[in-house]
Amino acid sequence: MLLVIGLKHSEFKEIIPSPLIGQKAPAFELPTLNDHRMVNSSSLRGKPYLLNIWASWCPGCRVEHELIMSIADQDIIPVYGLSYKDAEHDANRWLERFGNPYTEVLVDEAGKVGIDYGVYGAPETFVIDSKGVIRHKHVGPLDVKTWKKELLPLIMTLDQPQS
Amino acid sequence: MLSMPAIAIDVLDFQSPQEAERFRALAAEIRCLVCQNQSLADSSAPLAQDLRAEVLEQMRAGRTDQEIRDYLVARYSDFILYRPTMSVTNLLLWFAPLLMVISGLWLLIRKLRQATPSENSTVSGHDMPDSED
Repeated sequence: MLLVIGLKHSEFKEIIPSPLIGQKAPAFELPTLNDHRMVNSSSLRGKPYLLNIWASWCPGCRVEHELIMSIADQDIIPVYGLSYKDAEHDANRWLERFGNPYTEVLVDEAGKVGIDYGVYGAPETFVIDSKGVIRHKHVGPLDVKTWKKELLPLIMTLDQPQS
Repeated sequence: MLSMPAIAIDVLDFQSPQEAERFRALAAEIRCLVCQNQSLADSSAPLAQDLRAEVLEQMRAGRTDQEIRDYLVARYSDFILYRPTMSVTNLLLWFAPLLMVISGLWLLIRKLRQATPSENSTVSGHDMPDSED
């Protein structure tokens, strides 16, 4: 058992555990794509949501896109996109071409909010509950199996928006 | 390749040699997460560039080295530091060998005590086996 723990810590790990799980999602104020309205992270509270870190330069984002689209289509949970270190027109072109699943796209061109969220690549997907607490982080392209086995069951336990 | 560290860091504009020195020391402790076995000081990866800018910005905002380390660890876990901080898991790792030796000795002593008839052990706490098997 100890050997296993030891190996896990000594090897370079592709998945770095996020210390932010169970913590309040770091606050931000970011402009939206295109209309550049400033959105404060506190205004996202009150309902659970996904925060999907993506970029047009990111091949993994293309891989998970179909799933992200279907999650948004089925109205399971709102998906906010964080356009991470991307140029606005590239982001737009990508969304026009592959579809826009996002309730809102927030632009983090410098990647500063990314650092605050411990992002070290794209895509990454955070599950944030209605109180603004990070409940789960998925690193890399989200796949149907992980979605069904990990994220969806968690989302089902989160309190639903008060109507 | 050997000149990489200098290139990676010299992009930043330091205000003084002291600041450059402090930055270099701190950046060398921070692991570049997206590049295997490179410190933040050595990497030209975009994330490393961003993190370097963040470190310098926080230095200039008057944060101490420890505050900057804490900031990064709170977001990226202590994996981001080459010298990990003491956490419960790390404590377990560091002291596991000692614990194993102690528990091994304890088991050995217990076994040997059981092997020796208890009436004979008059000198308590200082038992020695009569013979090995």
